[in-house]
Amino acid sequence: MPAISLAKAPQPAATDPAQIRNFAIIAHIDHGKSTLADRMLGITEVVDPRNMRAQYLDRMDIERERGITIKSQAVRLPWRSGIDGKEYILNMIDTPGHVDFTYEVSRSLAASEGAILLVDCAQGIEAQTLANLYLAMENNLKIIPVLNKIDLPAAQPEKFAKELAKLIGCEPSDCLLVSGKTGAGVADLLDQIIEQIPAPKGDPNAPARALIFDSVYDVYRGVVTYVRVVDGHLSARDQIQMFSTGVRHEMLEVGVISPEPIPSKGLGVGEVGYLITGVKDVRQSRVGDTVTNYNNPTKTPLAGYKDPKPMVFSGLYPLDGADYPLLREALDKLQLNDAALVYEPESSAALGFGFRCGFLGLLHMEIVRERLERESNLSLISTAPNVVYNVKLDDGRSIIVTNPSEFPEGKIMSVEEPIVRATILAPSEFIGAIMELCQQRRGTLLGMDYLSEDRVEIRYTLPLAEIVFDFFDKLKSSTRGYASLDYEAIGDAEGDLVKVDILLQGEAVDAFSAIVHRDKAYAYGLMMTAKLHALIPRQQFEVPIQAAIGSRIIARENIRAIRKDVLAKCYGGDISRKRKLLEKQKEGKKRMKMVGRVEVPQEAFVAALATDADIDKAKAARK
Amino acid sequence: MSDLSFYVHIPYCVKRCGYCDFNTYTPSELREGGTLETVSSDYIDAVLREIDIAFAQAPDASVPTIFFGGGTPSLLPARDLGRVISSIKEKWNVDADAEVTLEANPDSVDTAKLSELRAAGFNRISFGMQSAVPHVLQVLDRTHNPENISKVVDAARAAGFESISLDLIYGTPGETLEDFRTSVESALSLGVDHLSAYALIVETGTKLAAQIKRGELSMPNDDLMADMYLLVDDLCEKAGMSWYELSNWSKPNHASRHNIAYWRNANWWGLGPGAHSHIDGTRWWNMKHPTAYKNALFGGESPVQESEELTAQQKSDEAIMLSIRMRGGIPLSNLSQEQRETVAEYRQSGHLDSTRWEEGTLQLTPTGRLIADRIVRELVV
Repeated sequence: MPAISLAKAPQPAATDPAQIRNFAIIAHIDHGKSTLADRMLGITEVVDPRNMRAQYLDRMDIERERGITIKSQAVRLPWRSGIDGKEYILNMIDTPGHVDFTYEVSRSLAASEGAILLVDCAQGIEAQTLANLYLAMENNLKIIPVLNKIDLPAAQPEKFAKELAKLIGCEPSDCLLVSGKTGAGVADLLDQIIEQIPAPKGDPNAPARALIFDSVYDVYRGVVTYVRVVDGHLSARDQIQMFSTGVRHEMLEVGVISPEPIPSKGLGVGEVGYLITGVKDVRQSRVGDTVTNYNNPTKTPLAGYKDPKPMVFSGLYPLDGADYPLLREALDKLQLNDAALVYEPESSAALGFGFRCGFLGLLHMEIVRERLERESNLSLISTAPNVVYNVKLDDGRSIIVTNPSEFPEGKIMSVEEPIVRATILAPSEFIGAIMELCQQRRGTLLGMDYLSEDRVEIRYTLPLAEIVFDFFDKLKSSTRGYASLDYEAIGDAEGDLVKVDILLQGEAVDAFSAIVHRDKAYAYGLMMTAKLHALIPRQQFEVPIQAAIGSRIIARENIRAIRKDVLAKCYGGDISRKRKLLEKQKEGKKRMKMVGRVEVPQEAFVAALATDADIDKAKAARK
Repeated sequence: MSDLSFYVHIPYCVKRCGYCDFNTYTPSELREGGTLETVSSDYIDAVLREIDIAFAQAPDASVPTIFFGGGTPSLLPARDLGRVISSIKEKWNVDADAEVTLEANPDSVDTAKLSELRAAGFNRISFGMQSAVPHVLQVLDRTHNPENISKVVDAARAAGFESISLDLIYGTPGETLEDFRTSVESALSLGVDHLSAYALIVETGTKLAAQIKRGELSMPNDDLMADMYLLVDDLCEKAGMSWYELSNWSKPNHASRHNIAYWRNANWWGLGPGAHSHIDGTRWWNMKHPTAYKNALFGGESPVQESEELTAQQKSDEAIMLSIRMRGGIPLSNLSQEQRETVAEYRQSGHLDSTRWEEGTLQLTPTGRLIADRIVRELVV
């Protein structure tokens, strides 16, 4: 086999850039990226077969269980080319595949000269992969199209090779065929990476410049910073400097990942590896920053990245109010590793103390919530997600609203909301269903192209707010799961938006307020009042539930006063049982939230905030 | 020692009614091919053994009331039931005016048997009428003919029973407010001394619960139940029967003293399988199955399944829970300032009687009785 043992392979800081190939893998969730990565670790023999396990590079439980990659990984793989017989070092930069993590992808791409476009040849390319492909092409990366899962009976390599060729502008015969599962074609793929992807170029004698493409907090070691060296070199004896802050750091360790961390003397031009400086906070070792030599600093930084901006906001509250400090601790801990997560304390009359959190998108939100619950053993309620609104008042002031309850009461001149360009790929039979959904969500059709005879790419502009609630679930269910979605923010646009409040006995319940399009305010009002009518138990007095825009009531339901709450029979043998029930009810009462004089069980809040998909999930979990 | 009431549980029925989850058995459930005689022949012997245990524990009490419930106590021969009464009378000082009640199924008694029962020592009888409307009785799975009720009430009066009571159930699937009015008016027209009316509770594991789950029957909503309660209360009061407990109405001096003992947390001993007892803050209950109960007693063992010693908190919770159900209500002096403030809004909403409040008592109005459990929850924080 053309594997080379790590000891005999070219060593870090002593590898000719001509021997180095840096590549990323662009793939959709489920298209077999992690399996292909496993196979590469196997045939290059960097992982002993005895230690091999599935999804080797996905370190988090949640990554393994859901089959998704959240954090990038960079692995140094020595390989002897089957074509020229020479030794090479391949740095594989594993990237997440989901739209929310596009910023992670763009970072990996900036550290590479080429990318493997990996597509499941039973499914074809998906919208998010397409977006990442365009990103790679804009960055002038060499693209190697690869069709995976050729072992599947449903594989259609000819059909999808045509699709890829059309997208990239190559011949269908240029697509490589592999099976991550069986290993077929993987050695050939490694050889082609060497053949097709250019070697990194850089000036070994210039002042050091290395791009930080990831920064990860490790409990034992502090912040581990992943870098790609462009010019000069970083040595274990150096003091380094962060270009943006000018702060000097001691270098405690430098090394490469193969795929366990291996300390080295340094890193040279074109190499990818890690630095440890004793920093405790990822924000001091900012992704996109340039690392240089303290004693011989560069004057020009490398082009960085835009900071990821939170797009979606939601309030997170502990089910048990006593868990609030625990939630704060858990968020602090998570943020060490997730610079994109922002949060600040907020309080809700209905839900108590919690945090308003900003996320990159829906999956990011879901994952943060799941990690909080799982890693810190918390039970959380989250409010319906919303976007950021820019509200301009008559007096010329403008207010940024990330929580519907901050929506100003006074005279409003205009409200702007974020707009996205959405790309949806699906079999052509679903065009009607997709267009109907997008129209309902205030979409504007931009265009439509056939990728192949029966697959289309549909492009829409949509308000982000229309996507954040349950658009993806609805899209999936109306296309039998075939459609895929990608979106990118393209700016803000004015919308005819209003805040709808939900009032219980005349008192607004902050957790249920929503900013919606005027045309949909009535429907939202009806839906929420009906939901709460069904969920809130009858009280000893009548409780009106109203939906209102300002002081105008747009929907109303009445919870009639309870008339019967008594057990008719209470004789000798019933007394113990009845008292025990009462003792249990005393406990239950602690979980009641008071909205004015109205007692609302916490479950009612949770259920009212759930989407249809949440309810389906809960049902599935019970089965 | 003070008073000690007795409850005697007779765990046998000819058949199980569809709504019933009581601790009762049909003979064939207990033994293949069993008859009432074969399965209950030694049951009374076992009860007498438990009476010995009671006597050893509380020899000095006097007995104000004895109540035979079930099951269908009227199924057993009067002489068997009489053995229990006699045994209690032999051992304790039973008050001369003691109330001795029998629960009876209208189908299981006739004039002759009623005379025997009176002679055996019973002076109060409570018939399970449930309804006067055939389609309601059918859903309840009751076999008696509604016309039998007036016959047995007359017969009981002729036999010399001093106090006659009827039980009604309301809120049966398919029962309308008018159906229930028919039942209440029919009961009151018989001139009985006492009436109990219970909202039907669908207990899990009953035939009725299964029928509802399958969608064959549906429960009336709470509002209709509430209207039924207000109706029976109104008709009773107009007929000179006033409420003395949430589900019980009586002519003057005909309130059930036995049941009042429960609600005042007095001492009582429950004889029989599954029966509960309470003496001075300790509650206990017997093994549930008649066979286990008999085996324990014949083996010289205690039939007690479990017991609990009430804490001060539990005693006070129970006192509120039970006394609020009674006409006498709760003296405001027994409530803290905070408790009084908590329930003050129920005065405004008409659930608490304002006049009585001024006089220093928390007493529920008819609409207040309908949400008694809710008010209790407010009081016991």
